Amino acid sequence: MTMPWKFICKQEALVEGAGVAAMVNGEQVAIFYVPESDNKVFAIGNWDPVGKANVLSRGLVAHLQEQWVVASPLYKHHFVLASGQCLEEDVNVPHWQAKLEGGDVFIAAY
Amino acid sequence: MTSSVSFLTTKPHLIVIGNGMVGHHFVEQMIAQGGHETFQITVFGEEPYLAYDRVHLSEYFTGKGAADLAMTDGSLYDEHGVRYFTNSLVTKIDRTTQQLVLQNGNALSYDKLVLATGSYPFVPPIPGHKRENTFVYRTLDDLDAIRDCAKQVTRGTVVGGGLLGLEAANALKNLGLETSVVEFAPRLMPVQLDDKGGAVLKEMIEGLGVKVYTDTATKEIVDGESAFHRMNFADGSHLETDLILFSAGIRPQDALAHQSGLSVGERGGISVNNHCQTSDDDIYAIGECALWNNRIFGLVAPGYAMAKSAAGHLMGDAGVTFTGADMSTKLKLLGCDVGSVGDAHAQSQGCKVFVYQDEISQSYRKMVVSEDGKKLLGAVLVGDNSYYDTLLQYYLNAIDLPSQAQSLILPAMDGAPVGLGVDALPATASICSCHNVSKQDISDAVCQGALSVADVKGVTKAATGCGGCAALLKKVVDNELLALGVEVSTDLCEHFAYTRQDLYNLIKVEEIKSFSALLHKHGKGHGCDICKPAVGSILASVWNEYVLKKEHISLQDTNDRFLANMQKDGTYSIVPRIPGGEITPDRLIVLGQVAKTYGLYTKVTGGQRIDLFGATLSQLPEIWEKLIAAGFETGQAYGKSLRTVKSCVGSTWCRYGVNDSMKMAIDLENRYKGLRSPHKIKFAVSGCTRECAEAQSKDIGVIATEGGWNLYVCGNGGMKPRHGDLFAKDLDDETLVKYIDRVLMFYTRTADRLQRTSVWMESLEGGLAYLKEVVINDKLGLCAELEARMQHVVDTFQCEWKTTLQDPEALKTFRQFVNYEGNDSNVVFVEERDQMRPATEWEKQQLIAKVG
Repeated sequence: MTMPWKFICKQEALVEGAGVAAMVNGEQVAIFYVPESDNKVFAIGNWDPVGKANVLSRGLVAHLQEQWVVASPLYKHHFVLASGQCLEEDVNVPHWQAKLEGGDVFIAAY
Repeated sequence: MTSSVSFLTTKPHLIVIGNGMVGHHFVEQMIAQGGHETFQITVFGEEPYLAYDRVHLSEYFTGKGAADLAMTDGSLYDEHGVRYFTNSLVTKIDRTTQQLVLQNGNALSYDKLVLATGSYPFVPPIPGHKRENTFVYRTLDDLDAIRDCAKQVTRGTVVGGGLLGLEAANALKNLGLETSVVEFAPRLMPVQLDDKGGAVLKEMIEGLGVKVYTDTATKEIVDGESAFHRMNFADGSHLETDLILFSAGIRPQDALAHQSGLSVGERGGISVNNHCQTSDDDIYAIGECALWNNRIFGLVAPGYAMAKSAAGHLMGDAGVTFTGADMSTKLKLLGCDVGSVGDAHAQSQGCKVFVYQDEISQSYRKMVVSEDGKKLLGAVLVGDNSYYDTLLQYYLNAIDLPSQAQSLILPAMDGAPVGLGVDALPATASICSCHNVSKQDISDAVCQGALSVADVKGVTKAATGCGGCAALLKKVVDNELLALGVEVSTDLCEHFAYTRQDLYNLIKVEEIKSFSALLHKHGKGHGCDICKPAVGSILASVWNEYVLKKEHISLQDTNDRFLANMQKDGTYSIVPRIPGGEITPDRLIVLGQVAKTYGLYTKVTGGQRIDLFGATLSQLPEIWEKLIAAGFETGQAYGKSLRTVKSCVGSTWCRYGVNDSMKMAIDLENRYKGLRSPHKIKFAVSGCTRECAEAQSKDIGVIATEGGWNLYVCGNGGMKPRHGDLFAKDLDDETLVKYIDRVLMFYTRTADRLQRTSVWMESLEGGLAYLKEVVINDKLGLCAELEARMQHVVDTFQCEWKTTLQDPEALKTFRQFVNYEGNDSNVVFVEERDQMRPATEWEKQQLIAKVG
């Protein structure tokens, strides 16, 4: 079964090399625009389970050990943008497929 | 009446009397050799504390507590079944029955006994020496008493101008007393220094405001007229003082030896052989109470060596003997470097001497060499200890001197002193004399997997005694790692094989203006949360462009990206600049109105500003619009940049003020407010020496004097407090600003990322003296450039919030959500003390339950 693609925003709303927050079905999603990556856009949960606040969209995007990650602004834990996995602790955040098409941003969600 | 304390044990009973540094080291040595399995070990200490670091005792006055100085919290003893008793004075040894008696009357038996009773301060029997407000400088209790007294009085005098006396004088000075030193001998530090060295040191110390009386005998101490005491001197003159501290040498604490009939020296000290055994084979003496070959060793390193040989002998290893110790020493007294190696007084037969003296920068160096000029026999250093490590290695290892031996004490014309490469040291070279660690020991530790200085310290204990060998240790470790083919990485991160300083130079010289250009030319990969903000900061230091420019925005940490300080719940706090803490009632009202409108929690900060908490992302631009309209500027509390210049009101209002500290603080804050630096920077300006602005705890501290301004640099409060170093005295306004320009730019250019000035200073090779050379004497020929760079930053200042409000591209990033106008439902406030604060997790659940 395939997920339907849900329109989030126009590409202009994104910030190059950084994240923004979106509200999708009542859930906060952090969307990152990384032009150098194969994917271009990534979507993970905005909630930092370590710092316990909705801040991941405001973290710094980094490239560590061949993976795109975001460093949480609170305690600097790194979360892999493609999988939501935390590099330092055994926790993970939700992740969604995302795509950039015709100047629009979509994520795969109901 | 005595009662017997019996310990149920079948192991022989080893009792250690005394729990100072050496007594503690002995226990450590025993444990390391498994001695706690062989013996039941019991330790008695007279003081209320377990062993503490007496070498760094003075740091008790500069912020360290008893716990910081403690060498053990007792857990080492507990874990190994060593029993210990503090507050327990042993008063008697009965050698025939092998029993000890404690002050409380308890007695117990020993099989082996170790005396580590240390020494006591010698107080010359001057009439009046037992008056009130007279002290010695030995224990934490002594220091508590001195501190209590110093609070009540203004003048203090140290009797004794030796090593410990000057250390004590520094402490009195730090306690805010007008300080004098009275020395009986014709020069300061008569044991370690020669006449000229003593004279240079005297001049330096007097330059710091401490009066020094040499060749002065005190005849009596009587009631003073203008102070508590009057010290009448043999030459008829006198000195009035409130507090007297005796530091006229130490005497071995050998009372138990006298009482029990052990052999003692004519002038005291318990006689010991090369195993540190006394005249009774079952009793050992180690440390300052022991007399070896008619000598007392008043330093910690020989004490440790004695502890090791005694422990070895007790464990059946007679090979580790004590055969004397090197008494070379280097230290910083009142901020002045002093070093003494071997035969400082040139008493060896036929020896020859090289002397270098520089009266301008106040330094003096002497080398004593053998008759044939091939070996170093001794040395004296005053003013600059950067020569010490090399000289000591030549001396200790009897390395042949180079043909131009005098180069070892001459200033190198291109800057750094000529050092002996660590490669040239023999394997037996002693690197750490406190713990007797040789180059070979370090090499072994590295081979066995200790691949960093910290690891090597852990394994060998090198550099954990007095710490004087730390720089040398690092060189040896790096050298060993290189020899093993292990790369010593100083890379910033996996993307740049450069240090921060390298990157700074690349950006400046090649005029690189963006992260991507730098990465493309000199890095690899895509960058990370280490290199991005570091490079963002360097770019801002050098070019001072708007930090939210499109090519810079993704380099900024969240605080810099949104120009506010993120709090734990994801909301922000806002700190407008209030230069020098001076604010008009109208502006104060604006802050109040804004806080009220947006329901912000309001608090006055430590830096004399006002912090407004609880603003959401989307509120930030609205709030700043109002603040800027009222004339406020960004306070850059979010940046690694100048934070505040704290100030007192100064001579305008204060009856003690000697200069207008308020105006100076405002001028300085406005000058440096835009500077991005490796870490945050705090200033303070005090209007007189009462120092109400606490300038000595700041990165840059300025204190008004009758003659202008005194400049202090590299102080710090916070987690690891450090007193600022007095950098220059009695400066006029213009010179003050010039020096601050240069110091700050030199720091910005050479420090590591996130390195505060205090740590930078500690790691700067050559330390304060070197920084003075660079900034005052322009040793590197950099001053004009440093000033020009600072002027560029000053000229290109912009209020980042003002720029942001005019930039629609930047403003769009301040939306909470890109597709929704609501707020973050996890941000919940409750009221406390009439203001709002973030709700706790529990409170949030209660609130949700109510709503549900």
